[in-house]
Amino acid sequence: MADSVQAIPEARGGPALVPVIAPGHSFATVTQKITEVVLRKDTPLGWFLALAPSLAIAGALATALTYLVLTGIGIWGNNQPVGWAFDITNFVWWIGIGHAGTLISAILLLFRQQWRTSINRFAEAMTLAAVACAGIFPLMHTGRPWLAYWLLPYPSTMDLWPNFKSPLVWDVFAVSTYLTVSALFWFTGLIPDLATLRDSSKSKVGRRIYGLLAMGWRNSAYHWQHYEIAYLLLAGLSTPLVVSVHSVVSFDFAVSVLPGWHTTIFPPYFVAGAIYSGFAMVLTLMIPLRAAYGMQDFITMRHIENMAKVMLATGLIVGYGYSLEAFMAWYSGNKYETFMMWNRMTGPYWWSYALLILCNVVTPTFLWSKRVRTSVGALFVISIIVNIGMWLERFVIVVTSLHRDFLPSSWGRFQPTIWDFATYFGTIGMFMTLMLLFVRFLPMISIFEIRTLLPSAKVNQSPGHGH
Amino acid sequence: MKRKDAREFWRSLDELADDPAFRARLHNEFPTAVEAIVDPVERRSFLKLMGASLGLAGVTACTKQPVEKIVPYVRQPEELIPGKPLFFATAMPLGGVGVGLLVESHEGRPTKVEGNPTHPDSLGATDVFAQGSVLDLYDPDRARAVTNVGEIRPWPTLLLTVRAALAGQEPLKGAGLRILTESFSSPTLVAQMQQVLQRYPEARWHQWDPAARDAVYSGARLAFGEPVETQYRLDRADVIVALDADFLTSGPGSLRNARHFAARRRPSEADRMNRLYAAESMPTGTGAQADHRLPVKPGDIEGLARQLAVAVGVAGVSAGGAVSGDAAASAAAWVAAVASDLQAHKGRSMVVVGESQPAAVHALAHAMNVTLGNVGETVVHTEPVVASPVDHAQSLRELATAMAAGSVDILLIMGGNPVYSAPADLEFAAAMGKVPLRLYFSPYDDETAELSHWHVPQSHFLESWGDVRAFDGTVSIIQPLIAPLYATRSAHEILAIFGATPEKSGYDIIREHWLQQTGLGVPGNEDDSTPEFERLWRGWLHEGVVPDTAFAPKAVTLHAGAVGAGSALSGTGMDIQFRNDPTVLDGRFANNGWLQELPKPITKLVWDNAVLVSPKTAAAVGISPYPAMQGGERGQQVSEIVEVKYKGRSVRGALFPVVGHPDDAVTVHFGYGRRRGGHLVRGAGFDAYAIRTSDAPQVGRGVEITPTGERYSLACTQGHHSMEGRGMVRALTKDEFLREPEAVHHGFETPPRTLTLVPEYKYDGYKWGMAIDVNVCTGCNACVIGCQAENNLAVVGKDQVMRGREMHWLRIDSYYRGESENPETYFQPVPCQQCENAPCEVVCPVNATVHSHEGLNDMVYNRCVGTRYCSNNCPYKVRRFNYLLYQDWTTPSLALGRNPDVTVRSRGVMEKCTYCVQRINEAKITAEKAMRKVRDGEIATACQQACPTEAIVFGDLNDPNSRVARMQAEQRNYAMLAELNTRPRTTYLAAVRNVNPELGG
Repeated sequence: MADSVQAIPEARGGPALVPVIAPGHSFATVTQKITEVVLRKDTPLGWFLALAPSLAIAGALATALTYLVLTGIGIWGNNQPVGWAFDITNFVWWIGIGHAGTLISAILLLFRQQWRTSINRFAEAMTLAAVACAGIFPLMHTGRPWLAYWLLPYPSTMDLWPNFKSPLVWDVFAVSTYLTVSALFWFTGLIPDLATLRDSSKSKVGRRIYGLLAMGWRNSAYHWQHYEIAYLLLAGLSTPLVVSVHSVVSFDFAVSVLPGWHTTIFPPYFVAGAIYSGFAMVLTLMIPLRAAYGMQDFITMRHIENMAKVMLATGLIVGYGYSLEAFMAWYSGNKYETFMMWNRMTGPYWWSYALLILCNVVTPTFLWSKRVRTSVGALFVISIIVNIGMWLERFVIVVTSLHRDFLPSSWGRFQPTIWDFATYFGTIGMFMTLMLLFVRFLPMISIFEIRTLLPSAKVNQSPGHGH
Repeated sequence: MKRKDAREFWRSLDELADDPAFRARLHNEFPTAVEAIVDPVERRSFLKLMGASLGLAGVTACTKQPVEKIVPYVRQPEELIPGKPLFFATAMPLGGVGVGLLVESHEGRPTKVEGNPTHPDSLGATDVFAQGSVLDLYDPDRARAVTNVGEIRPWPTLLLTVRAALAGQEPLKGAGLRILTESFSSPTLVAQMQQVLQRYPEARWHQWDPAARDAVYSGARLAFGEPVETQYRLDRADVIVALDADFLTSGPGSLRNARHFAARRRPSEADRMNRLYAAESMPTGTGAQADHRLPVKPGDIEGLARQLAVAVGVAGVSAGGAVSGDAAASAAAWVAAVASDLQAHKGRSMVVVGESQPAAVHALAHAMNVTLGNVGETVVHTEPVVASPVDHAQSLRELATAMAAGSVDILLIMGGNPVYSAPADLEFAAAMGKVPLRLYFSPYDDETAELSHWHVPQSHFLESWGDVRAFDGTVSIIQPLIAPLYATRSAHEILAIFGATPEKSGYDIIREHWLQQTGLGVPGNEDDSTPEFERLWRGWLHEGVVPDTAFAPKAVTLHAGAVGAGSALSGTGMDIQFRNDPTVLDGRFANNGWLQELPKPITKLVWDNAVLVSPKTAAAVGISPYPAMQGGERGQQVSEIVEVKYKGRSVRGALFPVVGHPDDAVTVHFGYGRRRGGHLVRGAGFDAYAIRTSDAPQVGRGVEITPTGERYSLACTQGHHSMEGRGMVRALTKDEFLREPEAVHHGFETPPRTLTLVPEYKYDGYKWGMAIDVNVCTGCNACVIGCQAENNLAVVGKDQVMRGREMHWLRIDSYYRGESENPETYFQPVPCQQCENAPCEVVCPVNATVHSHEGLNDMVYNRCVGTRYCSNNCPYKVRRFNYLLYQDWTTPSLALGRNPDVTVRSRGVMEKCTYCVQRINEAKITAEKAMRKVRDGEIATACQQACPTEAIVFGDLNDPNSRVARMQAEQRNYAMLAELNTRPRTTYLAAVRNVNPELGG
């Protein structure tokens, strides 16, 4: 379906790129290598060692949420004037992380970036897990979560509808659409591989379950024709979501009157930030997994470096956003805006702004260096720093804008409690748990798409290099 | 044992013996039954009685309670409709002086107090204590039964004990009987006390009030030779000088003072505007209102007063004890300017001295007022309002001495909690331990109850009969709104035990007293009333005042040499001033959650008192002049505990710097550091009484502060008092205002109303709005707690306030302007601004906050899911969120006190000011039934109703003649944050200060 990847650098006359798949692989080795992770009988000890803490932390989340529902939002540090704090910070952070999946799956597919093939499955799974974590916050941060369904437009007997003017209602649509489409896209992509698993599985239970999920896939040309069309359509559907979801999330802030929130640059800057953090999270997860499962053949330095480049580009956009925010605060001459910016930089939360600049603007400049971009260790560290930085960005936006707004008499401060941390880290535990379950029970790399990358798959498509 | 008729039945050996001691005991325990028991009952009459009893037993269900009629203020009892409140006039005694009230009663439960417009000390307004009193009534921590060393005992057992002890006093003429009371003015109680003292001529009556007005009376004695009361007629004064006097927000008569003062502050009548000079130590609401405020150490006030007296030409006064330190120069300029202003307004000025200043300063003020010809014009003297104005410190000292000497056999303490509040040097608790029979009568099982043998719970004024005088002498009958909730007694009933008729009810005591006073008893049977008396009595109860009982002005002559002797403090060191706490007073309201959580004016602290000093003094002591704002500007402020050493005693409390406080001076408030008396009193603040001595109960010198290094968290609802150039409060001088009234708006933008895509909504019908005059807001907090009482606001506790989660719908912001040592202070009450373009409404995802067609920003609690987005988007931050279940849903007594017209909010729900929508709707329904529109003034919001200065006005903006519309049409009118185009319905009127050009603006 695409030109041979090896052809591109030659045409440009540049140095030969690292291939997207290591040489020496055949269809069989690809299948064997990827399915082995799922189908092996003996689960590696390392997986259990990783799952145990993840589950434990996810348990803290369950405890925190139970206590929250029983007691109230007061267990967190939220207050007047800081009505939103960790809750919405975490929500936006997770939603942002979720963006990498769709971007890789949909946009890069449409742009025919073949290198996406090795990482899209994993990124999509990560999206789903991240959106699941994100979804917890808007639901549980309400004072009466058992009534949160009132945000949905359902025909109630009281003839009451949600307020369609409220960005929170837009959020409900945006996030639920995103979750639905991402899940469909991911599952559609899984079907041929599920069939592969069904056919290779040695256990009866495995065959049953994978068989059920494979929905009768028989690998016929007829199937493939429909499948390719459906996949492409879903990619087309997902593409606007990459832009829309985080734009809508940014409206939560941009639509308000609060200095520091009421900013027109928010939609693009949020989208860029989302991709930035999404790629950072993919790298954070992929680098250790790739080593643990010996997937270096499929996730090559080429992938790693490309992701680093995306991070560099989006990091620059984000940095531009920060500088423009500061510029506009000064240029507008608005005393509230000016104060807000000054307060962000020098107020009681100056450390969060300084760290944010350090993490999100200074750190990615190292990515200009090819040596850094091709150093797995350096990238791992940078990706974690960027993740922290992106969390801080949302914290800065949410908390430092709220804590000192219009009336000095109402200025306050936010102090997180242990339950704020338990909820936040708890979602990380839940995220890790979901990811570990994914790598254990589903092929983390798309088998059928990797096969198309093999030289043997291109026999009939590239007569110039033909046999 | 004398053998009686063998056929006679007897029940006990005592009865058989029938000796006089037994009869006396019986008489004391069952005084009315004694005849029946002593009379031998014949078999026949026994059977007759039994038969009749059996016959009547079935009728007991119809037992008629004694009829004690109380009279509703506006509606007749037969009009009682479930759901419709009734209003009854009564009065609240505090410090011996009564404030007239109208109490709202829902199906027999008092829920809200309002001021009584016909009462001279209320004029329709209330103070924070009156508003908070409803919560005291329903306080679950109240003492509920008579106890003897902790064990519940029946009332007759107490009677028996007391009567037996009194019998022992008969031969001694009561030499061992001591009664300790607080100040009171109740004419009936005075008469009762006199009867007791007649019966036991050797008995002694002592008085102790920790914040007694001793100095006021001894100052008057110095000046005029008799303890007269000084009444201020602020409506007649052009120039007012307040010397450490907070006459606007505390003390008796302050509500009337504030009303009359504010009436002379309207810039629309600029030529009538008065001018207020205040020299004070602890910044107060009065100082904040002053056109020129001078921070002076409490011990230097006398020197300042002396300088002023010399300058206005008081004969025989010599300057001395001048203002010390850096303040001397500014004080001299101040004195010169004030003196010339006073002299230019002879007969139309007044000098007012605070109760916490010593007698000499009061005498100086009297001399100045006489010299300036103010007496009889702006200043009127009358009889003292309290009965027997003795020197309380001296009185208590005598009692302590007598107790320590073992010469007291029976001690009756009627209120006041002296074990807690007595000066430390008297060792009151130890002395009290030597009294063989100690009776204590008070609402709470507190520190004094712990050391008493008997504790009798005191009825709340809303559940007992009484009478009380207003500051001008006007008597009000206190009528109960509800039968006592527990087995409590009133003061009249307690004192009756010591009189001839121990079982008389409070109602009978009060009525009989007034029957005697009026002489309207039925001739020949003086205990029965004539119809004429019934008519009068009903009138008194209905109106809440007994007409023509105000004291007549009293002619006084200034004694020569009254001002000669100076008593100014000598020596070095810091000054200390002891004051009543602005919200819990001397500690009596320490178990009242509303008052505990009420931000104290100026400091904005809640749930604690603190060692208050100037920032400079704090720095000199070695503590940061600005406490670490750990929980933010509003919330947790971490300060340091200091040791305050004074006269060999010391106490440890948190230091809190107060801007505008004079340097080298310390202010401490009473009411905290308590050990017992309810679950809210413990663990908060420190006990200022522990370092207070009886020789200098108010002001002293030589206090030392040493930091301990220990940290302490204070809860503070506002820590940032700078306006940051945002113009929330706008202020001009009178000259600036007259020259260019529009100057109020200079530098502030209001977007044009045409700046909208959708056509503007037309508010037909009513268009509710509110105007708040910043110019006359004294920061007294009455509106805040009035709102709390009306709207069932929850108390959240210190921990939650430190997290910035207090629930007040209406808060009073205070801002400073000018120099940091002595800034101008402005108060701004901030309720919901009811924006026409409300930012909160668009962002609510579930339509839980919506706009009404009358312009109200309605909050639908049922629909709220609690996203808090509305609060984030509210520029005024007036919304309050129930982060936890703040309302007490389980304590039954608290449920009684809630306003049934207002929803009790659950957790997870946002709430905010509604302009008292329940009152609006009630008035609308009434008007609709009468086929008319709601009249201006028919609806008063709770905050408006409580306000002593009428700073808050609510009404229909569509009616151009309504007070609110006229106020909003004034040039001083501005909207807060108008540049955001929120179009608030609540607007403010700028402050205008009447500055003396000599002192500059």
